[in-house]
Parts: sequence; C-alpha cells; structure tokens
Amino acid sequence: MLKKRLIPVLLLQNGLLVRSELFKIHQIIGNPIIEVQRFNEWNVDELIYLDITCEGAYDLRREDHKIKNLSEPLAILNAVSETCFMPLTWGGRIRTLEDMRVRFANGADKIAINTIAFDRPSIITEAARAFGSQAVVVSMDAKRVQDNRLEIYVAGGRRATGLRPSEWARQVESFGAGEILLQSIDHDGTGEGYDVDLIAEVASSVRIPVIACSGVGQFEHYADGIHAGASAAAAANIWHFKDLADRQGKRAMARAGIEVRQNPESGR
Amino acid sequence: MKILVIDYGLGNQRSVVNAIRLLGVDVLVSQRLEDLSGVDRIVLPGVGAFGDGITNLRALGWDRVLNKAVFEQHIPFLGICLGMQMLATVGTEHGFHDGLNWLAGRVDRLTPESDTLRVPHIGWNDVAFKDADPMYKGVPPSSCFYFVHSFVFKPEAQEVISGTFNYGGKWVASLRHNNIWATQFHPEKSQRAGLQVLRNFLASC
Repeated sequence: MLKKRLIPVLLLQNGLLVRSELFKIHQIIGNPIIEVQRFNEWNVDELIYLDITCEGAYDLRREDHKIKNLSEPLAILNAVSETCFMPLTWGGRIRTLEDMRVRFANGADKIAINTIAFDRPSIITEAARAFGSQAVVVSMDAKRVQDNRLEIYVAGGRRATGLRPSEWARQVESFGAGEILLQSIDHDGTGEGYDVDLIAEVASSVRIPVIACSGVGQFEHYADGIHAGASAAAAANIWHFKDLADRQGKRAMARAGIEVRQNPESGR
Repeated sequence: MKILVIDYGLGNQRSVVNAIRLLGVDVLVSQRLEDLSGVDRIVLPGVGAFGDGITNLRALGWDRVLNKAVFEQHIPFLGICLGMQMLATVGTEHGFHDGLNWLAGRVDRLTPESDTLRVPHIGWNDVAFKDADPMYKGVPPSSCFYFVHSFVFKPEAQEVISGTFNYGGKWVASLRHNNIWATQFHPEKSQRAGLQVLRNFLASC
C-alpha cells in the first residue's frame, strides 16, 4: 500500500534559509545546504524547497552569510541535488516552461507553481504536457476572510483572488496539476495545528493528492492533516526546532494509526 | 566500466547520474548516438509524457541503435519510469503512440479500484518482488520504493514481471527480461533499497 508521506518544507529567501510566520515575518535560520544533508541522512520521504524571495531582491546580504557562489537559487538547487537522494520539489519564482525546464535539469523531480498558475492557468496544462502531470504541483495559499470564509490568495499572500479553495482546487486538477500543496496563511508559523477544515474542503473536491501544510507545532498535528484527507503531511518550522523531527514525526503518525514508511537507518 | 545515461531532452537525468556516481561509478550523459559505442550499461531515464518521449527518442535516432545494442550486443539496459513505459508496444497517454515494442504490452492510465485512492500515484509503496530475480538481490522483503506516475505498464507475458505494487489492485513495479531491466519506481530516489537495485544492475552480466 502507498504510505502517507511526511515532508519537510524549506523556505529560501535571499539565499538563506528562513522560518516564516503568517507569510509576513521571516527569520533567518541557517544554511540552505546543511539542512538538506541532515534530511538526507535521515532518509526523509520527500523534500519541498520553496524560494520565497521577492522579485529583484536576491543578492541582499550576500557578503555576510558566507555561502559562496550560492547567491542565486539555481546554484542552490544544483548544490542541493548533489546531496539529495530523496524526491525533491522546487517552487517559487517560476513563471515560464523554460523556468521549469531549467529546474528539472538542475535536479528537481517536481516543480511547484502558485501565482502564475492563477494568472495564466494554461501554463498548468502546458507543463503537464511537457513534463507529465505527476511533476506539476500547484501550491495554493488560503486565508480566512470575512465571516471566516476561506479564500485563495496569490503573490505571497498579498493578492486576493475571490476563489474558494475547493473551486480553485477543482480547476487546477482539470488543467492537469498532479498534486496540490495546500498552505494556510493564518496558520503559517503559529504552531496551532493545521486548518483541518481547509484540508478537508480541498481534499474532498479533487482526486489528485493533497499535501497539507502550515501550522504544525507538535508531532501529533500531522495525523489531523492526514485524517482530514491529505496524502502527505508537511511542515517547516518544527523540523528546525525539535530534535529527531523525522523519527518522532513518523512515530506520532504511526501511533495515530497511519501507515507510514519506516525510514531505513542512514548509510548505504 | 562505462555507463551511458541517455539524454533525449525529457526529464531529469541528474538524479540518476548522482545516484550512480554515489556508487563509485562514472557516468556519461549524452544525446549523441556515437557515445553508445563501447558502453557496458545503458540507462534510459525519463519523466514526462509517452508521446513526447518516444517522438524525441526516434527523432534523435536512438530507437535503431538501442535495438542493436540491446538485442544483438546484449548490453544490460535499465529503463526507469517513462524509460520503462516506452518499451511497450503501445502507450495511451494523450492518444495512441507506438512504443519500442521490446516487451509486448500496453501502457494505460492507472485506475485503482477504489474512489478514495488518488492518481497520480505519488510516494512510497512497498513492492512484492521475485526473490530470485537478480534485480532485487540483497533488498529486504517488502521494501518501499518511490513512485511518481499516472500510467502503468501491462505486459502480455506475466513472466517478465519481477515486482508488483498494490494500489487498488496489483500493478507492475518492475520488469526484467534477459538483459532488459525496467522499473516503474525511481531507484535513484528510493534511497537504500533503490541504490541496491542500481548496484545489482551494475553488477549484472
């Protein structure tokens, strides 16, 4: 049987690894390559890397963080893929098929798109044709608005779309997306747990896999996302601030009755 | 040992190359047919759509030279994911496409028997394999491998199936026929078990 996946999400901003809160506050937490090596040793199920740098802001502070030649995201992807023997999804700042092709060529197994998918949905279809839908992840960010209603936002949470999450999810599926990475702007970085209603709404409206993200503060939260219908439980911050995050996360999922892959010990 | 990973303009060869290098073997990635001469192993990776894949492969002339290398010179060959699917007689992704027809069969959309099972089939699935098959030598029973696909290979001859996975039915995880090795999963992304399959391929004769 297919196991439920547990996935760390790394956020890259201006060439540095950051943690995020409510899509607004970003705190530098480390070197973009070292973390990957750690996940690699743990044999994690999969890795998602999102470049959340704002356009044109890339080489900020390049000099003082001592990561030579990694000022540019493709160089980071390239370096990541050298040590990454787990499936790798790369997202952020992808606007064209050529952007995707370059990322695949540099070691991404799947690409994730968000804003461009909304602005020009036909790109989903074109990407699915060119690379296969299994390689095309649509990342979507939802936010609670008036009356607690859920709405999809793009452009890093800055632009409202007027779309309900279920509506947008059905659309991206029909355009050919292979998977959905679902984030909640309100839960991001809070540690309060997933927005399970959001996950249930999206997961029940499509047949493609949904990756739950945003809000995990304890390992026990993962199971809530899976029980709400997600095929994979993802998180960012908890991977940086808790020990043995992979093993403990998997254990918590197994305790909740979820079938997970027991990661082999490191070593080859 | 000389290993050729075929670049036909689709998908990422990079992870395959990285994984083989990790095993201490050097790899050549090439689009040029002449680089096939003198190689000891051939790997055909691939992600993407069947039609585009087979069209590119033919346009570059790989179909003819590969036929010769695999069936006359008996060079061990490994097809991964789309690289396995293209060995079929026909593929039905976005219309009908003739495959290489090395292993009789067709490639159809994965249709799990339960509505709750999602397609694409993405993630780690345990594989039931033939213990005696050299492909799985040293691989612990019911090891998980990484899959990411929407289509499956349905061979005519059941004997060529070396591994299956369960996902709302039983589907082909790998095929082996003489020097032809093929996996639906990605050994290069399947960590320890996957590296063992690659190691077995490199050791095969």
